[in-house]
Amino acid sequence: MATSSTDVPIGPSTAAQECPSAHLTVDDRVGLLRAMLLMRAIEERAMNLYRQGKVPGSFYDGFGQEAVSVGATWAMAPADRLCVLHRDLGAHLVRGVAPAAILSQYMGREAGITSGRDGNVHFGDLRTGCVGMVSMLPDMMLVAAGMAMAFKLRKEQRCALTWFGDGSTSRGDFHEAMNWAGVQRLPVIFVLENNQFAYSTPIKQQFAVNPVERAAAYGFPGVSVDGNDAEAMFEATRAARERAVCGGGPTLIEAVTMRMHGHGAHDDMKYVPKALVEEWRQKDPIDRQGNRLKELGVDVDALVKEVRAEVDAAARKALAGPMPDPATATDRLFASRDDDEVLLEDGAAPWSGFRS
Amino acid sequence: MTEMTYLRAISDGLRTEMRDDERVLLMGEDIGVYGGAFKVTDGFIEEFGADRVMDTPLAESGIVGTAVGAAVVGLRPVCEMQFADFVSCGFDQIVNVAGKMLYRQGLPVNITVRLPSGGGFSGGPFHSQNPEAWFMHSPGLKVVAPSTAEDAKGLMIASIRDPNPVIYMEHKNLYRRVKGEVPDGSYETPFRARVAREGDDLVVIAYGQMVHTALEATADLDGASIMVLDLRSLVPLDEEAILGAVHHCSKVVVVDEANYTCAAGAQVSALIAERAFEDLDGPVLRVATPDVPIPFSPPLEAAVLPSVERVREACRQLLEY
Ligand SMILES: Cc1ncc(C[n+]2csc(CCOP(=O)(O)OP(=O)(O)O)c2C)c(N)n1
Ligand SMILES: [Mg+2]
Repeated sequence: MATSSTDVPIGPSTAAQECPSAHLTVDDRVGLLRAMLLMRAIEERAMNLYRQGKVPGSFYDGFGQEAVSVGATWAMAPADRLCVLHRDLGAHLVRGVAPAAILSQYMGREAGITSGRDGNVHFGDLRTGCVGMVSMLPDMMLVAAGMAMAFKLRKEQRCALTWFGDGSTSRGDFHEAMNWAGVQRLPVIFVLENNQFAYSTPIKQQFAVNPVERAAAYGFPGVSVDGNDAEAMFEATRAARERAVCGGGPTLIEAVTMRMHGHGAHDDMKYVPKALVEEWRQKDPIDRQGNRLKELGVDVDALVKEVRAEVDAAARKALAGPMPDPATATDRLFASRDDDEVLLEDGAAPWSGFRS
Repeated sequence: MTEMTYLRAISDGLRTEMRDDERVLLMGEDIGVYGGAFKVTDGFIEEFGADRVMDTPLAESGIVGTAVGAAVVGLRPVCEMQFADFVSCGFDQIVNVAGKMLYRQGLPVNITVRLPSGGGFSGGPFHSQNPEAWFMHSPGLKVVAPSTAEDAKGLMIASIRDPNPVIYMEHKNLYRRVKGEVPDGSYETPFRARVAREGDDLVVIAYGQMVHTALEATADLDGASIMVLDLRSLVPLDEEAILGAVHHCSKVVVVDEANYTCAAGAQVSALIAERAFEDLDGPVLRVATPDVPIPFSPPLEAAVLPSVERVREACRQLLEY
C-alpha cells in the first residue's frame, strides 16, 4: 500500500527542545552555531557579489538549510571522507576551508579552490578530505559508496558521507548506490536533504513513497531527522557513523527541511506558497540554535559580529585577488606519474568527542 | 618469451600487476567465480580472493562510480564492462566524474575500464560496438586499443600504472584469433603508435582488429610497398608518428571498425588535412562502418564491417591516383 507521507511536507516541531544529543559540549554547541552563521554570512555576501556582477554564471545557496551540512559534518572524523553537495557549504567550513578561498571560488578567481576551473559550490578541497560534486545528481552517492568500499576492503575504521536532494532520488544512481551499499554493507552515510522542492518540482511529483522508507528495502535503516536542528543532525549522524565504523553498514538519514530561497539566484520561486515559506521561517535553524545558547548565557550577538567581521575580511581578500591566467586554461588535464600519490587528505574534525 | 593468445596476454598483464601492487583490484559482473564472460579473469579469484576479484551487482554506473571513490582513497580499480556496449550505462560516471576530477580539483583518478569491443561474430546491435570515439571526445580520459598479444599485456600494465582514467579497448574478435610471443614478467607498452609493417608507397592507419585487416589486405597488393601504422593509443594520439608516416608515403588510407562519423579515423584525417596537406599526393581515403547499428545476421554484418576487400579496394584506388 502506498503511503500518503508525501502529500504534506512533514515539518519539524517548533516546540523548544533541549539538547537532542548527550555528546555535545557547550563549545560544540557554539561551534555548530558559529559554522551556521559563517555559512549564512558567506552566502549572503556571495549573493550581493552576484548581484554586483562579480560572481559569474549563477549562484546557489543553502539558506535555511545550514543545520543539515553543519550538523552532519560535526560528527565526521579527520580520516572520514565526504562528497559535498550544493546546499552544503557548512561542510566545507567545518572541515577547514577558508572563507576567502570560498568567495574566490564563487568569483572564478585564481585563489578559488578550483582556480576558476569550476564555479559556485562545485568544489572539494582535497586537503580536507572532500570530493567536489559534479552537477549530475546524485552521482556522488556512488563515489561515496566507493570510498566506503575501499575502507571496508582495507579493514579501516573510517566512513564516507554524502548528501543529495529529494529530486535526485529519482535517478538511477540513487538506486545503484543504495543497493550496492546494502549488498556490501558499506560504512557509508547517505544524507537525503528533503527541502520539499527540486527546482520547481514539489516532492509529491517526485516520489510516491518517501525515499527514507525505501532504505529498509535495501537492507539498512532509514531515519527521519529534523533537518533544521543542527544538534539533531549531529546526533543522527554520530549514531550512523558509529554503526558504520563498527561494521553495521549504511544508514540513510532524511533531513527534513525547506529550501527558503529560489533554486538559484535567478529564481523568484513564485511556485512556492507564501504561507509555506512563512511557516518554515519560524523554524530557522540559526535562530533555533541561537536561542538555545542564549538560554545558556552565551553572547550570541558578539558571535554574530565576529563572524561578520571575518567574512568582511575574507571578501576584501578575495576581491583583491587576481583572476586566473588565461594561459593556464588547458593545463593539468592529465596527471603525470609524479602525481600518483596525490590522494584526499584528512580534514578538520572539531567535535570534542574526537579529542577525548 | 611465451607464445599466448591476445586474451591470455590481457590476463597475464592483469595478473602481473596484481602480484606487483596490492592496491590493484578487479571489479565487474561475473568476473570472479565464473571468471568473466570471456574468461579473461579465469582462476583469478583462487589466487587473489573475492575482495580483489569482485563480483559486483549488475550496475555499470555503480561499477565506475564506486571505482572512482576507491581510487581517490588509494586503490587502483580495473573495471570490466561485460561488453563494451554496456559502458553507455556507466558513461556519465566516466565522462563527468572520472574525466573532470583532476582538471577541476587536482585529484587524480587512477582507474582502468576494460571494454571488450567490436564485431564479426553476430553479436548484433548491442554486443558489437566500438565506442572509443565517445571517450576520445571527452577531456581527461586516455584511450588505448592494442592489436597484438605483446601490446595487450604491455598496454594493460601501463594503463593500470597510468594515474589517469584509461579506457582499454580489447577486441573480442582478437581474443583467441591472435597469438604472439609475449615477454615474461612486467613491462609497459608506451601510449605511442607502432609501425606494423614498413612501406613507402602508401600508409594504412588503423588500430585494434583493423590492423590485422589492413595487414592482410596489403600483404600482396600488386607489388606495392605499403606501410601499416598501428595507432595503439587514441588518446594521446601519436601525431608525430602519423605525420611522419604521411610525409614518408604521401598517400593515406584510414581504417575504422567504428561507425564512420566522428570516428577516431576522422580525427586522424583532420589532423592530416591541417598539418600535412603539402605532403599529400592524393585525397585521404577512409574505410569505416557506415552509420548504422551493427546488424545481427552474418551477410548483413559482413556488408557493413570493413573487410579485407574494401581496404584493398581503397588502397588500389589511391595508388592509381
Ligand atoms: C541529473 C540531473 N538532471 C538535472 C539537473 C539540473 N538540476 C540542478 S539542481 C536540480 C534540482 C535538484 O533538486 P534536489 O535533488 O531536490 O536538490 P536541491 O537543489 O533541492 O537541494 C536540477 C533539476 C541536474 N543537476 N542533474
Ligand atoms: Mg530538493
